[in-house]
Amino acid sequence: MTGSGSQQATDVIIVGGGLMGASTAFFLRQRGHSVRLIERGLVGQQASGVNFGNIRRQGRRLDQLPLSNRARGIWERLPELVGESCEYLRTGQLRVSYDADGAEDLETYARDAREYGLDLEILGPETLRRRYPWLGTDAILGSLGPEDGHANPRLTAPAFGRAALRAGAVVEENTEVVAIEKAGEDFRVDTAAGDSFRAPVVMLATGAWAAPLAARFGEPVPMVSRGPHMGVTEPVPYRIKPSVGVKTRVPGETVYLRQVERGNIVFGGGLRNEVDLDAIRVYPKPEYTLHQLPLLRRLLPGIDRLRIIRVWSGIEGYMPDDQPVMGPSGKVPGLYYAFGFSGAGFQIGPGVGDVMAELIATGTTSTPIEAFHIRRFVSAGAPTALAPPVT
Amino acid sequence: MAEPRVVIIGAGPAGVRAAQALVAAGLRPTVVDEGLRSGGQIYRRQPENFKRRYTALYGFEAGKARALHNTFDGLLDAIDYRPETLAWNIAGNTLHLVREDVADTLDFDALILATGATDRLLPLRGWTLPGCYSLGAAQIALKAQACAIGQRVVFLGTGPLLYLISYQYAKAGVDVAAVLDTSPFSGQMSALPVMASRPSLLVKGLYYRAQLTARRIPVHTGVIPLQVEGETAVTGVRFGTRSGEQMQVGADAVGMGFHLRSETQLADLAHCEFAFDEELAQWAPCTDADGRSTVPGVYLAGDGARILGADSAELTGELAALAALSDLELPVSGQRVQKLRRGRERMERFRRGLAMAFPWPAFLARGVEDDVLLCRCEAISAGELRASASQSGAPELNRAKALVRVGMGRCQGRYCGQAAAEVLADARGEALREVGRLRGQGPVKPLPCNIRLKESA
Repeated sequence: MTGSGSQQATDVIIVGGGLMGASTAFFLRQRGHSVRLIERGLVGQQASGVNFGNIRRQGRRLDQLPLSNRARGIWERLPELVGESCEYLRTGQLRVSYDADGAEDLETYARDAREYGLDLEILGPETLRRRYPWLGTDAILGSLGPEDGHANPRLTAPAFGRAALRAGAVVEENTEVVAIEKAGEDFRVDTAAGDSFRAPVVMLATGAWAAPLAARFGEPVPMVSRGPHMGVTEPVPYRIKPSVGVKTRVPGETVYLRQVERGNIVFGGGLRNEVDLDAIRVYPKPEYTLHQLPLLRRLLPGIDRLRIIRVWSGIEGYMPDDQPVMGPSGKVPGLYYAFGFSGAGFQIGPGVGDVMAELIATGTTSTPIEAFHIRRFVSAGAPTALAPPVT
Repeated sequence: MAEPRVVIIGAGPAGVRAAQALVAAGLRPTVVDEGLRSGGQIYRRQPENFKRRYTALYGFEAGKARALHNTFDGLLDAIDYRPETLAWNIAGNTLHLVREDVADTLDFDALILATGATDRLLPLRGWTLPGCYSLGAAQIALKAQACAIGQRVVFLGTGPLLYLISYQYAKAGVDVAAVLDTSPFSGQMSALPVMASRPSLLVKGLYYRAQLTARRIPVHTGVIPLQVEGETAVTGVRFGTRSGEQMQVGADAVGMGFHLRSETQLADLAHCEFAFDEELAQWAPCTDADGRSTVPGVYLAGDGARILGADSAELTGELAALAALSDLELPVSGQRVQKLRRGRERMERFRRGLAMAFPWPAFLARGVEDDVLLCRCEAISAGELRASASQSGAPELNRAKALVRVGMGRCQGRYCGQAAAEVLADARGEALREVGRLRGQGPVKPLPCNIRLKESA
C-alpha cells in the first residue's frame, strides 16, 4: 500500500472505477501505459453495476453507432480479453410498438441505421406472434436487432477492473479523491488518506458525480442525476431469448425486460427515482414498481403469474441531449472526460474504454466521437475565453 | 388535531399488547398481519374448524395463549384489523400493503414493528433434501394443521425451541428418533445461575428434557452434525459425538434450527440504523430501552427487535406503544413504563444465560465443505462464496451478493445470510462484523405481478 504523503507518478490517472474507468485502464495497459485507477468505493458499484444490462446497438442515436459497433466487437471477445463472458448472450434485442407513432419511429430508425452497419429486421404482427408467442397481442410492429443481446452488469466492470489489475494497472479501491490540481505539466491528485499522485494525464469518469469536477476546470455541464427503476422476478424456465423493450412516444410508458439463463426476468423502465448524490443513495419508490406492473403485463401477459423478488435502482447522470460527455477537455491539456452516459452506457462501455485509451495514447481516434465533446455545452452562449488554468 | 394514525405490523404477542395499550389510550390503531388469524407464531391459532383444546395446543402456555387471543378478539371493534396482508415496503411515512392481490397504501404517524422471528439456520450436507424442515416449520405443522413433518423425526440444532418441539412431537405420538444438540451440556449447566432470573422458564426447560428422557428418546449434546443422509429424501442423520465417534440415526424427516433471528426487513427499509451485537453474533436494529428506533416515529417490539421470547414480547409491545403515545404527547403512566422496563431487564439477563447455554455454532458454518449449498434460493455453494472472497476480493456481503448471487433469491438472504457472513468472514480471516450485513431491498416478501391498485373511493 502507499504511504501517507507519497507522490507516485503514472502516465495516466483515472478517477472513477465504473465500467468506463475500468475498461479505459485495461485498454491503456494493452497499449503499455502505466495507469492508476482510483475508485471511491468498489469498482463497478454504482450505475455500471446496477443497470438493466442491455447490450443493444438498436435505438442509439445514429452518431453513437460507430462507437457502439466497436464495442460490439469487444463484447464478442470478452472471455479472451478479461477472462470471462460476464453472462453476455447474443440473443437479439426486440423493440415493439403498440401504435402508429411507435411503428413509424421503428421503421425510420431501421432504415437510417442500415448505413451505419446496423441491420434490423422489421416484423409484422403475425411474425411477432409466431416467433414470440409470449408477447402481448397489443404489439403491432417489432424491430429485431439480431446481433444485440444482454449481459450481467454486476460482473462486467469488476471483471475489467481485475483484468486491468492483472495487466499491471494500479487499482485503488475505497480511495476518495479530495483534490485534482494542474501543477506545471502534471496533475496532482490528492486522496482523503493523504496520498498524492502525479500524472500528465487525468481522465474523469465519475458518472453522476462528474459535473462539479468538470466545473472546477471551467467546463460546467447541465447534468441531471436520476435512478432507473429496476426489478426481477423469481426464476421460471428459460424461454424469452431476446431482450425486449417498448418503443413509444408516451413519456413514462417505456418498459423493458430480459430473461437470464437461470430463469429470472429482469425488468426496468417507467419512472426514474430521485437520488441523493451526497449520501450516494437512491431509494427506489414502491409506487414506481406498481406503475411498472401494467406496462409489464401489456408487454408480457404471462408475467401475471410470477412474483417480484427484488427491486433496486442506481445513480445515473443524464445529459439534456442524452449524449455522453466523452473526449478531451476543451480547456485543459491532458484532461479527459468520460461521463454522462444518460442511462445508456453499458453496451458502449468497453468501446469507450478502448477509444479513450486510443485517444490518450495517440491523440486521435479511429472512431468518431466529436459529437460527445464537452464544448457543446460551453459554446452555447457561454464565454469563449479560456478560463485561467486551474492550479 | 386529527387522531394520530398508529400502525402495528404483526399480531403476535408484541403486536396484540401494543394494540391493547393504544386502544386503552383512546386511539384506533391499524393492525396489519400476514397471518390468517392473530397470535403470531408462538400462539398461532388453528383454523376455525379445528377444535383442539388450548392445553393440547399450547401446553404450559395455554393460559397465556388464551389470554392473548381473548384480548385481541375483544379489541376487534376498536381497531382496524387487516389480516392476510403483507406490508411489502415503506417509503417515508407510507406503508405499502398488498392483500389478495390488491395493492394499497397506509400513511402513519407512528409505526410499531412487531415482526417476529424465524429460525436461524446453518448449511449442512443434505440440508436441502425433501424432508428437511426448520424447527419453526415443524412446530407450525403441528400447531396449525395437526400434522407432523415425518413419521420418525430427528430434531437437530440448539436453543430452547429444540427441546420444546421435540417434546411436543413426542407428546403428539410422533416417533422422535433423536434430539441432537450442538451445545455442550457443560455450557448449559454453567449458564443455569444466569437463567435463574426467570425460574419458571428454567423449570419448564428442565421438564421438557426430563420428559424426553422418560420416553427413552436419545438426547445427544455437544454433537457435530455431519450430514443429512438420503438420495431423494431424508433417510437419516450422521453426526459426531462429544467423545469423537460417528453415529447414525435413521429418520424420514429432520427439523433443524439454531435458535432464532429477528425479521428486520421492514426496519431496514424504514432506514433504521443497525448495530452489530457481539453476543448474538448478529446485526440488530438499534433501539432505546422502550423500543424507539433511530427513525422518529418508528418503534420496534418483540422478537423482531431482539430475541427475548414471547413473555418479553408482550412487555416490549406495550412498552413500544407507550413510547409512541408519549412521543405523540398523549398521557402515559410513568409507573407502568418503569415496571415494564424492569421486566424487560430481567428478560435480558435470561437471554444472556440462553446465549451461554446454547451458543451459535459459528464453527459449523465456517467449516462447511465447498460443495454444500449455502444459498438455497440461488443454489450457491459455500465454495462459490469462498471464491468470491479470494479471487474477486469481495470485502463484504453485499459485494459477494453482487458477484456470486448469495442471498439474492426469493428469501433475500433471510435464511442464508448469517451463515454466508460466517463463511465470508472466515475466508477473509476477518471478524464477523467486518463483512457487514445484507442490505434490505424491497419487496419484503415476493410481490405478485398480478396485483391491481385499490380503486380509490
